[in-house]
Amino acid sequence: MPNDRILSYGDALHEALHQEMALDDSVFVLGQGVDDLKGQYGSTLDLHKEYGPDRNFDVPIAEEAITGVAIGAALAGMRPVNVHQRMDFLMVCMNQLVNMAAKYHYMSDGQVRVPMVVRASIGRSWGQGPQHSQAAYPFFMHVPGFRVLAPTTPHDAKGGLIAAIRDNNPVIFIEHRLLYANTGVVPEDPFEIELGKARILRKGKDITLVGVSYTVTDCLRAAGLLALMGIDAEVIDLLSLAPLDSETVLKSAQKTGHLVVVDNTWTLCGAGAEILARLQEDASGIKVKAARMGYAPTACPTTRCLEDAYYPGPVSVAQKAAVLMGADAGDVPTDVERTELEEFKGPF
Amino acid sequence: MAMGTSSFDVKRAYYLERTIRATEEKIAEIYFTDKVKSPVHLSVGQEAIAAGACTALGGDDVVFSNYRGHAHYIAKGGDLNSMWAELYGKANGHAGGKAGSMHLVDTKVNFMPASAIVASAVSNAVGYALALKMRGSDARVVCFHGEGAADEGVFWESLNFAALKDIPILFICENNGYAIYSKQQDRMAGKSIPERASTFGITASRADGFSAQAVYGAVSKAMAALREGAGPLMIEVNTYRWLDHVGPDDDHPGGYRPQSDLEAAQAIDDIPRLAAQMDADDVARIDAQVADELAAALAFAEAGDFPDETALGRNDYA
Repeated sequence: MPNDRILSYGDALHEALHQEMALDDSVFVLGQGVDDLKGQYGSTLDLHKEYGPDRNFDVPIAEEAITGVAIGAALAGMRPVNVHQRMDFLMVCMNQLVNMAAKYHYMSDGQVRVPMVVRASIGRSWGQGPQHSQAAYPFFMHVPGFRVLAPTTPHDAKGGLIAAIRDNNPVIFIEHRLLYANTGVVPEDPFEIELGKARILRKGKDITLVGVSYTVTDCLRAAGLLALMGIDAEVIDLLSLAPLDSETVLKSAQKTGHLVVVDNTWTLCGAGAEILARLQEDASGIKVKAARMGYAPTACPTTRCLEDAYYPGPVSVAQKAAVLMGADAGDVPTDVERTELEEFKGPF
Repeated sequence: MAMGTSSFDVKRAYYLERTIRATEEKIAEIYFTDKVKSPVHLSVGQEAIAAGACTALGGDDVVFSNYRGHAHYIAKGGDLNSMWAELYGKANGHAGGKAGSMHLVDTKVNFMPASAIVASAVSNAVGYALALKMRGSDARVVCFHGEGAADEGVFWESLNFAALKDIPILFICENNGYAIYSKQQDRMAGKSIPERASTFGITASRADGFSAQAVYGAVSKAMAALREGAGPLMIEVNTYRWLDHVGPDDDHPGGYRPQSDLEAAQAIDDIPRLAAQMDADDVARIDAQVADELAAALAFAEAGDFPDETALGRNDYA
């Protein structure tokens, strides 16, 4: 059978859960609303009908305890997948995640482990505002013990979730709201992507654009705009934030001589900050002109006109790249479509 | 599965309480030497609870403890040698020096890593018990926590979830009346902890925490109920911590806790009360055994090497 089946990002996540739950009865899903009629963008839809109500269940609005319950189950050898409708809610879980999940294995010198997945939605769509849009991945990149994964394509959503479930560590799994409806080729059989590897999505020779989750789509669109100016951009989906595959990024940047990292959060202490630091520390002596982008350094506004100024987008990424290349930002075409953004109508 | 003893074993309880007391008094005695390389939260005066409760458990039963965990660890059958080596920060400690006093762990006796964040392991204990229930296991989970845990929101979230899902777990609330120097009544509004727990549908009772025999009786009964399929249960045991919240000293001269409370607790100390029920020969034999085992554990710890630097990054990821 040819490997060209098309699936949405949300359906790819569903298929990953479905297949892992069939393969391994230690896998179960818990989270607010996972067994409701929406099933977290379809990703958990009806799993309880297939695998029973104790393997895909709704939970009280008690994020810290539920995270702790998942950790305890993982200590006992289960592989819980704890789903959060917003990554902002992980702030309520930080004690359990940072002090417990990330510490148990190390402080027991390997006697116990915590194989759990924490799925969390991030990002803009429209009007999500300051408490429904945050992508707090730098907090987790900072703490040893976590793996942090932010897949962009449906392929990596499926292969990444399966890899996360099978991994023996707590994995923070980040899903951007605007990606669920995106479609792409997804192999039908279960498969794992390699955790800790970035993915080059577009080859180019002049400049390297690096994105995280949805900002990868900004980078791809920016590459299209830059192509109109005769600038050939390479686009890298960072994919894994911890471990951070700076090797792939630095190799590309040293080839192109130019690098823009577009964080899906604030730039301060973000992935871009870390990559640029590693670039500075690199001993190769190869000079790279580098810049980073991300959210404006404010809380996220709700109204669309301010949102547009707050988030990086294809045009602002292309402009940053053009300037880095010595071109004029004013020459960057501004005609770009983002249908997933325009078509999003909520209410979620 | 290995069950606890079918009736209260005075000699076993005496042995455990003496081992815990001797261990902790030794820690206090040598603390000034800085050989014990971490903060210590001693449970001198509280031994009867651990000894009574853990002798009512089977080997497969799982204990979640906390930073005041030496007593639980010893009573659950933890290895005294590797515990002392761990206190010394040595490579032959059960966690190679990474745990210290506050995170005692021994999965061989189903003693989960203890946590130093108040109430945080309570939800983990509930999750572990949920997993055992999903697996259809006969083993049960016991979670020791102080009354201070009930200050935390996650404690009540955890109780709610355990009751909601009818999870078989025993919460043992060791109420020593104080969070460091803060009295319970200065921190908590409303009714007592068992009364509040009972509003979730949790059967909550009280037992005399100064008597291993009383604790054993209450815990045996609770474990039997849990094995019969009962949902979460709680036993609150009253107790008194003789020494400071942290460290080896007596804090009573500081004036936060009345000396008369200490004297009242010492007057009902379980160790001499157990000894009074035993033959003098047995008392002498067990005392000698405890002294020998403690000396051997100290020697084991002294003889161990400190971990080399390669241990630093070991087990950062599973």
